[in-house]
Amino acid sequence: MVKTKAEEFASQQKEISVSEFFLKNRHLLGFDNPSRALMMTVKEAVDNSLDACNEAKILPELMIEVIKITENRFKVIVEDNGPGIVNEQIPRIFAKLLYGSKFHHLRQNRGQQGIGISASVLYSQLTTGKPSVIISRIAPKKPAHYYELNIDTKRNEPHIITDKIVEWKKDQGTKIEIELEGRYQKGKQSVDEYIKQTAIVNPQAQITYINADKEKVKYDRVTEELPKETKEIKPHPYGVELGNLMSMLKDTKARTLKSFLTTEFSRIGSGTAKEMCRLAKLDTSIKPNKLAHQEIENLFKAMQEVKVIAPPTDCLSAIGSQLLEKGLKKEIKADFYVTTTRSPVVYRGFPFQIEAAIAYGGELEKEAPIRLMRLANRVPLIFQQSGCAITEAITETSWKLYGLQQSGDNIPVGPATVLVHMASVWVPFTSESKESIAHYPEIIKEIKLAVQDCGRKLSIYIHKHIKAAEQRDKINLFEKYIPELANALSSLTGAKKEILNKKLQGLLKKELPTLEAGNGENGKK
Amino acid sequence: MAKNNKSAESLKELGEKVVKDIEKNKNPNVIVPIRALSNVLFNEKTKTLELGDKTSTRSFFDIRQAKKFLQTIEVASILKKELLDTNKHEHLRGVFYITKRTIPGTNVNIVDEQSESDEIIEDLEVITGLSREELHVSANKMGSMVGSITLVDSGDTIDCSKLGKGGYSIPSITDELTFKKVDAKYVLYMEKAAIFERLNEDKFWRKNNCILVTSQGQTTRGIRRLLQRLAEEKKLPIYVLTDFDPWGFYIYSVIKYGSIALAHASERLTIPGVKFLGIAAEDITKYDLKKHLIKLNEQDTSRIKQVSEYKWFKDNKAWQRQLKMMKELGAKAEIQALSSRGVSFISDVYLPDKIRNKSFLD
Repeated sequence: MVKTKAEEFASQQKEISVSEFFLKNRHLLGFDNPSRALMMTVKEAVDNSLDACNEAKILPELMIEVIKITENRFKVIVEDNGPGIVNEQIPRIFAKLLYGSKFHHLRQNRGQQGIGISASVLYSQLTTGKPSVIISRIAPKKPAHYYELNIDTKRNEPHIITDKIVEWKKDQGTKIEIELEGRYQKGKQSVDEYIKQTAIVNPQAQITYINADKEKVKYDRVTEELPKETKEIKPHPYGVELGNLMSMLKDTKARTLKSFLTTEFSRIGSGTAKEMCRLAKLDTSIKPNKLAHQEIENLFKAMQEVKVIAPPTDCLSAIGSQLLEKGLKKEIKADFYVTTTRSPVVYRGFPFQIEAAIAYGGELEKEAPIRLMRLANRVPLIFQQSGCAITEAITETSWKLYGLQQSGDNIPVGPATVLVHMASVWVPFTSESKESIAHYPEIIKEIKLAVQDCGRKLSIYIHKHIKAAEQRDKINLFEKYIPELANALSSLTGAKKEILNKKLQGLLKKELPTLEAGNGENGKK
Repeated sequence: MAKNNKSAESLKELGEKVVKDIEKNKNPNVIVPIRALSNVLFNEKTKTLELGDKTSTRSFFDIRQAKKFLQTIEVASILKKELLDTNKHEHLRGVFYITKRTIPGTNVNIVDEQSESDEIIEDLEVITGLSREELHVSANKMGSMVGSITLVDSGDTIDCSKLGKGGYSIPSITDELTFKKVDAKYVLYMEKAAIFERLNEDKFWRKNNCILVTSQGQTTRGIRRLLQRLAEEKKLPIYVLTDFDPWGFYIYSVIKYGSIALAHASERLTIPGVKFLGIAAEDITKYDLKKHLIKLNEQDTSRIKQVSEYKWFKDNKAWQRQLKMMKELGAKAEIQALSSRGVSFISDVYLPDKIRNKSFLD
């Protein structure tokens, strides 16, 4: 029997698993070069630890280590005092891609998507062939579980190499060891920098870090205050996409379209739901999973057209001006700090909140471009600075007004670090590596308002500071003026130079308090 | 010599006042009359600008004034010691160079720019009531004179009708010139040296029996003093020829009433009888200059407003009318625009016409 062409093709086509897809498209996830792979691995592990402590209301204590095995092979160890992971879950969390609790929910947290740590496990396996090691304990009286894991890339399932109970010094927590091919570097885009920024925006965390050069850095906890708990919110009708709407309609437990709308979305009451159905020419009592494609499109359109109040914003957790300042102060030695936390606002149905801070002077480099720290949901964004909405907002701000140098639309120059933090239930990243924020006008506007507010306070400081220095210089000049005046007066009148000199020196002592107060007695006209 | 002594004595007195302050353990100061529009009065009787009695106190122990105070005493001492005591004269530029030096142990210069020492010299004039000339300081020679006049300058007799194209170069200080023989019937002063050259080439002064005087731009003190002396001592009418723009009008008003910066010296410099010959608004239609107008720029417009608000212009209807017409035209005209009617139109037609018809502005 002769196969048709179609049958021939069909036999060649096979399902490819997520893991295989990742193998071929690792760049999409931020593993496209060795130094970024190392960074992504540290980042995913640290984010997970901080998020877990956060949810369990534990003050985090992190031990992070990057061990250099050879020039291009490293072992990353991250150990936390978090809630631990129940035994059965461990293999899936670490060795199954897209497994996680975060993907379907609108809630401000670090990871936002479940691609996370398992991508690092897979990358490790691809580049070194070694399994990743996980130890976790959920309570002092429970055993510590030890796993060596790989991913079965064909099936996207965990492949357990070792599973045993071990002695562990920790009462509770999780430790992960991942060996991978990578490159360790210093500077703006380094693991060191990522950890420093993480410490700044997580002042509640105690972090010990040993870098690949075996240098140990301690980042001390400066507050016992845990970040405010974030709340999960339902999607707002303005923020939903057609594809999402389709799957929500299919999965909902609601029996009627009206109850689907009022229960699955935020800010839709029965009046609003009826109005949407009317506009879409749909019966309010129709079963949600019975809608035809065209009907869903009509519903989608109607949802955008009806006026709906903005989503709740109390679901967000900003760092807060005070803690942000504390965080900055402990890691950056400057003369002046200013912070701003804006009120939450909304883009496309998603609530978000912008915070900004500036550290100025001190040990910061004077003639170099400012250091810009971009953060989203307390996670430092290290790569892709030029494509980020934060960078755009910074370069479009006129820093000359605020006392920094700036040529055209460039990053300003001066002894300053500018930090911008965006907290949101959904940070719109430009790619899956989550390194830069998309350019929504609402977001850019808020960032500008926040940095302008800081900028105004900075300029007041700079002007006062410079003025005071100038004042000091001028007072010091009197010492030099006096002999000149004595000389000129002596040659004009014949009076004794030495006597005038002495008298004037005495007068200077007498007048000094007035001069230092900034107004000579005859200053006014 | 007696005069030098008086000047040197005045500067010494200033210094002694300061020394006394110091001996009394007082923040030393000098009182400086304010030289600004806010302290300039228009005397309706004498028709001249006068300095009011507002003063400012310049103290040494004052961060904003210390350097200026030091400059004042330093320049006073230099003028006395280097010029008056030795009976020498020095140019403003020279005084600047004597004053300019770095204070030991600093990067501060006593003066950085000539404008600073110039200003101190003007301050010393108002403080002591002496003129710059009496302080033995001279300025740039910026003017020329030709015509039927013979004078004596430093013992040399000069016949200004025999000085070719360049004419007599008017010195900075004209107090000491003596007029030997003056046949001219009037003096024509013009803002533009180019017009002076034109009229001199046309031998306008010979045909019309007059004296021609010019300076580049603002009229120097030496020229103003010379014109005043010709008006007072030789009773010659003085006519002024400037561009049709607010700057030209102001040049005329400085000669007539005095200037804001030198209000203290009005008595020695102003000529109440001077007349404005042109260019006036009427000339533009009469002599068909419309095609040669230049559009007013922003500075011109704001200067028109400023000039029209000066006390000595404010109540003068004729001048207000000129300024109003300038604004309505939205344009100004240079004297040279007359050349459009022929190179010697100004000599052959415009000036004889104007003077014959007595079409002056007061």
